[in-house]
Amino acid sequence: MMSRILLVVCLAALAAAPLVLPAYFLTVLIPFFAYSIILLGFNLLFGYGGQLSFGHAMFVAAGAYAAAASYSILGIASFEIMLAVAIVAALCLSIPLALVASRFTGIFFGVLTLSFGMLLHSILFKFYHLTGGESGMRVPRPTLLGMELDMYNKTGFLTGPFYYYCLILLVVLGYIMWRLVRSPYGLHLTASRDNPVKALYLGVRVRWVRTVAFIVSAVYGAIGGVMLGVLTGLADPELSYWTHSGHLVFMTILGGYQQFLGPAVGSLVMILVQDQLMAETQYWRFFVGLALALIVIALPGGILGGLRRLKLKKEGKAHADARQRRPARSTA
Amino acid sequence: MNFLTNVILAGLFQAAVLFLVAAGLQLIFGVQRIINLACGSVYALGAYFGITFTTWAMSQGLPPYLFPLALLAGGLIIGLVGIPMERVLRLIYRRPESFQLVLTFALVLMIQDIIRFFWGADPKQLGSLAMIYGSVKLFGVTMPVYNVMVIVLAIIVAAGMAYFLGRTATGKILRATAENHETSAAMGINVSKVFLLVFTLGTALGTVGGALVIPTGVASLEMGVELIVKAFAVVVIGGLGSMKGAAVGAVIVGLLSTLAVFTYPEVDTLAIYVIVIGMLIWKPSGLYGRIAT
Repeated sequence: MMSRILLVVCLAALAAAPLVLPAYFLTVLIPFFAYSIILLGFNLLFGYGGQLSFGHAMFVAAGAYAAAASYSILGIASFEIMLAVAIVAALCLSIPLALVASRFTGIFFGVLTLSFGMLLHSILFKFYHLTGGESGMRVPRPTLLGMELDMYNKTGFLTGPFYYYCLILLVVLGYIMWRLVRSPYGLHLTASRDNPVKALYLGVRVRWVRTVAFIVSAVYGAIGGVMLGVLTGLADPELSYWTHSGHLVFMTILGGYQQFLGPAVGSLVMILVQDQLMAETQYWRFFVGLALALIVIALPGGILGGLRRLKLKKEGKAHADARQRRPARSTA
Repeated sequence: MNFLTNVILAGLFQAAVLFLVAAGLQLIFGVQRIINLACGSVYALGAYFGITFTTWAMSQGLPPYLFPLALLAGGLIIGLVGIPMERVLRLIYRRPESFQLVLTFALVLMIQDIIRFFWGADPKQLGSLAMIYGSVKLFGVTMPVYNVMVIVLAIIVAAGMAYFLGRTATGKILRATAENHETSAAMGINVSKVFLLVFTLGTALGTVGGALVIPTGVASLEMGVELIVKAFAVVVIGGLGSMKGAAVGAVIVGLLSTLAVFTYPEVDTLAIYVIVIGMLIWKPSGLYGRIAT
């Protein structure tokens, strides 16, 4: 109950933010929305499915390029069409990949997804007559729900209507994901993670369940990619580079992959910290890496996992750990 | 015909360097079951340190024609960073493999900035030392002697590794540990010492590879993360954990990538990764790997 109230308060604060916060902070919050969506999808695969993908950034890139292409090829600059094109692109890309990748787990899954990601990167990077190569493709300012919104300048557009559009999209997609992981399908997925053989004997179609998780996470990644593309006005091949995938993994682990909202917390913290660090020092990667190392070693449950443990300790019922709805043990 | 020899010789040079890095990756994976994403970073570290060390050695009066020895020594010295890295990784040996992968990614981020801190963001070069030995004409194609030396050295390392792993007592201990950690420990093998040895050796292979490549190119901050992409291709094609696989995989990737650069530069990485994916789909254990999924 407490956490539900907290969630509503947080959402209300985010909704009120444009009224009080300066424009700069709002442009920092939009990537947070985008990454939250990407990571909610990613965590279906990683946290709930136990499949660590080191190429998930390819779907983010696919989304951004789909947004760029829907303008340069179709000549349409409507955000809804961009999203639709991105979803179709993500489906076209992820269905064949999912069918192959769902056969693998562990290291092999990681290497295979990394390979696919690098394949896409080299296509985006090298075929410049199609994709603009190193300089990427321009993503125009889109119309929202068919409205031109000419009265806003660029910052006004991003911090006004676009901000709310992204926030609403995050809430809707977050709710869908919440229902998904609480559904029988979600149970099948976690069962396939914890004990694939047993799950199989109990009638869970393990491969099918994993395939679906891969496809859903790809679609979420592409939707987030469209947002990032519109925000920066650019679809950049670096979006698909393997280190970007690594950052997705990092944010998820930072927030806590065992909690539903962990990835969202991770992306918020990462974006705020990175924003501050980049202003302070050119060596921000070092500190990000150090933080990642410390979390992996000392706080494997991430921020939310740590908070949860603290709370349980306080209430003097550490034994309740065993009754957690989602067991801490994971084959991830 | 000339074209083909050109491709083969240039490809073999690339394969030689790739082999060194991939051999380190394979050694660590074979024994410790850790995919070391930082193998590219130590390669970059080796390159930068190799430049600094060689420049220093020459300022101390090292005759220029002995510079490969300085590079080799520099690579081996900086290879000792494997020791503190293993100390850190040791903390999570009992965790799921994904977490070990993530920790090596943290090392990638840190090492990149450590290099930036000591050497700056601008690419570094060793000058034209490589041409001190002149060129040699092989099968109608001219090639710097230095490149031939690197190829020969890689072959020596490959033979040395085969001897070390196959014929020596330590090699036997390493193979036993790779087979089963618990049983080896029960037999009186100090597994944690073996891990330290393996990780340091694997790191040193990477740093030496980086140091040796530097006379023919530039050291840049991105060279590490870029190399991983190819080193991964090598180990997947060759088979995870197999030394023989590293050698064959390196030759395949080296030749293929050079062929692509000579003909259609656009498909360089693409061609390699098409093979990698094909391999993963039809024969995930690779050419010589024994580990099934």
